Amino acid sequence: MSTPSPILARRDFLRVTAVAGGGMLLGTMVDFAGIGVVNAMEPAGEFMPNAFIRISGAGVITILAKNPEIGQGIRTMLPMLVAEELDVAWQQVIVEQAMSDEAKYGSQFAGGSMATPTNWEPLRRAGAAGRQMLVAVAAASWNVPVGECTTEAGVVHHESSRRRATYGELASRAATMTPPALDAVKLKDPKDFRIIGKSIPGVDNLKIVTGKPLFGIDVTVPGMLYAIFEKSPVFGARVASANVDEVRGLPGVKQAFVVEGTTNLSGLMPGVAILADSWWAARSARRQLRVTWEQHPTAQQSSAGFRARAKEFFAAAPQTVARQDGDVVTAFAAAAKVVEAEYEYPFLAHAPLEPQNCTASFANGKLEIWAPTQAPQGGRQLVAQTLGIKPEDIAIHMMRCGGGFGRRLLNDYMVEAAWIARQAGVPVKLVWSREDDTQHDFYRPAGFHKLKGAVDANGRITAWENHFATFGDGQRFAQAASISPNEFPISFIPNALFGVSQMPLGVPTGFLRAPTSNAIAFVYQSFIDELALAAGKDPVQFRLDLLDQGGIVAATPAAPASPVNAARMKGVLELVAEKSEWGKRKFPRGSGVGVGMHFSHRGYFAEVVEVNVSQRGEVKIVKVWVAGDVGSHIINPSGAMAQVQGSVLDGIAQAMKQEITIDGGRSVQTSLADYELLRITEVPPVEVHFRTTEFPPTGMGEPALPPVIPALASAIFMATGKRIRSLPLARHDLSWS
Amino acid sequence: MKITFSVNGTNRTIDVPADMPLLWILRDTLDLKGTKFGCGQALCGACTVHINGSATRSCQVPASALNGRKVVTIEGLSAQASHPLQQAWQELDVPQCGYCQAGQIMQAADLLSSNPQPTDEDIDAAMYGNLCRCASYHRIRAGIHRAAELAASSRASTQQDADSTQGVA
Repeated sequence: MSTPSPILARRDFLRVTAVAGGGMLLGTMVDFAGIGVVNAMEPAGEFMPNAFIRISGAGVITILAKNPEIGQGIRTMLPMLVAEELDVAWQQVIVEQAMSDEAKYGSQFAGGSMATPTNWEPLRRAGAAGRQMLVAVAAASWNVPVGECTTEAGVVHHESSRRRATYGELASRAATMTPPALDAVKLKDPKDFRIIGKSIPGVDNLKIVTGKPLFGIDVTVPGMLYAIFEKSPVFGARVASANVDEVRGLPGVKQAFVVEGTTNLSGLMPGVAILADSWWAARSARRQLRVTWEQHPTAQQSSAGFRARAKEFFAAAPQTVARQDGDVVTAFAAAAKVVEAEYEYPFLAHAPLEPQNCTASFANGKLEIWAPTQAPQGGRQLVAQTLGIKPEDIAIHMMRCGGGFGRRLLNDYMVEAAWIARQAGVPVKLVWSREDDTQHDFYRPAGFHKLKGAVDANGRITAWENHFATFGDGQRFAQAASISPNEFPISFIPNALFGVSQMPLGVPTGFLRAPTSNAIAFVYQSFIDELALAAGKDPVQFRLDLLDQGGIVAATPAAPASPVNAARMKGVLELVAEKSEWGKRKFPRGSGVGVGMHFSHRGYFAEVVEVNVSQRGEVKIVKVWVAGDVGSHIINPSGAMAQVQGSVLDGIAQAMKQEITIDGGRSVQTSLADYELLRITEVPPVEVHFRTTEFPPTGMGEPALPPVIPALASAIFMATGKRIRSLPLARHDLSWS
Repeated sequence: MKITFSVNGTNRTIDVPADMPLLWILRDTLDLKGTKFGCGQALCGACTVHINGSATRSCQVPASALNGRKVVTIEGLSAQASHPLQQAWQELDVPQCGYCQAGQIMQAADLLSSNPQPTDEDIDAAMYGNLCRCASYHRIRAGIHRAAELAASSRASTQQDADSTQGVA
């Protein structure tokens, strides 16, 4: 029945998943080849069964944290998996951040909520391999069967002979063994887990609360200069002239020069570098910097212009039909009710609190980099390509990131620091200002949708049409500006059409937490509510009925990345309805509830929002209920709860007040004064429930975000009768009488 | 200009531009990296320190205003992370990315010093200007309540010790 028309959308989809997921959606679930097995004998006396474990003769147990930490808790959670199967007590473990080295550690990437599904099995196997070797050594030395030995908290026991040996005592002998094949080692029965499922606080917490240097911006390298890099506010414009001679004479300034840059919006853009003996000196000198920028065609672009172009698109047929099922024309003609609506959402910034920064040192053809990055390997490739050096001549230290949210998947600041350091001939610490960060983000692309839906006399959706106006050059979508033609609910509706029209964009765009989903969930879930209203059905029941329409192959434990598993989605929807007492409470005018659900990043989430809206139109969110299904285990409940609550509040901030406006080819917003973050006074209670299912556990960084936005919009509709078809809410007059 | 002021109990004399903010003096001149740069405009609170006992945005205080002042940063809040807020922050696993937390803790420490048992409303009023991009606000609020508890029980046991000492005497 479904015939995806791949040409346009599929190509970008592949490109996007390759960036955001390391090819996971295309590849296999568990890639043992990605786990490097190092020589167990080096250095002498230390037991290193693989790249992730080091046990010294003195019994020091070190576990390597392979992935970048951006606040998602991965530096704690991934070592928990190793420690569980190694069978050590968490208190015994020292966690050490790995360098960027994918040959050794496998994929090192913070994006797409991929770390949990891709490491769940391999890292437990890495731990189990270590345990198996230590047990084998103990059993051999005691001359007892391996099967009679048990382990606990870093000690091998032989119960009947009452013998015991610590891992440290066994380390040097274990180091002489050949590690077993990882796919052959035996894993624990989950009922025996001692660490997985326990709330483990973040491994860096002590350093954080005592102010120890930890983040990228805290790096100091001997002899370094502090750099500022000024770029054109009109994206991509080249330097026509700059008073660098004058700037060089200012207090503290050591060097100032023009960087020609490239035309790669995700790479090294043109600009002017100022290097000084302190960041403040560089920042002060910048006030005297006068740059004339060349004219650039992007200066013609604006948010208002994009909106006008979308309207023109909507007056005609889409440029491309990416998916077509059944016969929408006949279905609309036969429908009991037809609903049409246009939706739009704005560009968004990531606004991590730690501004972009990177420290780089270039000597003898080799580059050493300290970067807060979500994608070190991508940074390595970009730097190698731009500077014309070999990827293997670049060493990258992955520093803790003061927030990521997808911003640091792109390494523009890394290539800037590398280029400036090589040209300057000294180590350089580049730190952006907040204004640089706001004006040179990779924004979540705006988008425009013209929707048409039909319900029959039984209140069933019979047709669905979406004309998506987005950005691209006609061949390729702008970065992160595509949406899968297969997004729910299209697969569940017999007659459906997904059309796309593209307009050119010179604004850099990228992946924002729950990319695509943070936009499309608002549009599709809101429109489903409009159809429920037309059908005269309760929004929860309407969704349950829609999920029952089926018509697709459900995801299975063996293929969890398949399209929506209706049973899992219904499971969380029913759970959130139960917990929020959906349909059982009465709401006076000015208050109400709304529901949203979304499947993304392999996770199923349904959320209910309750609001009060004053007659003057002020919105107060009373409470949010969340039900999530991310599989069989919540590995670290403390971290999981933080991610879910944080994602929900992130979605609320976007919905309430965030917007980047493009005018004259630049961002109108320049700081946290006009791009506001959520405050403590705006935070409602967020009640979270997990439904465990037999599927392997999946990531928590993103999937809880998307449903809260349409749930909030629907609650406002119930409270005020005003349908929210564009974001943010701050644009709308929500007053009522 | 040459200025002398106290940082975490030690007198420091430095020669820096008169308009150089305390934030950058701490981070780059004195190599105290715990105080964080978020915005440079007093919009986020990441750079909060105590000056003469009051929570202050260090990005807004120039060197010229520092002579003779007593500055306490996150590094000097306590010995061995013993401040109740530092204890509570670890116990409740408050940080996500952690970047704002030094500022949050310094702001909250000022609140607790004047208001040892704050209500949610007191906390909201005091913490309004401290942004957390990860929105760990539920735990920041819970952490302040927990710290208030820890401080109260520590005061109670100190009082008990004092009473029992008196009794022996």
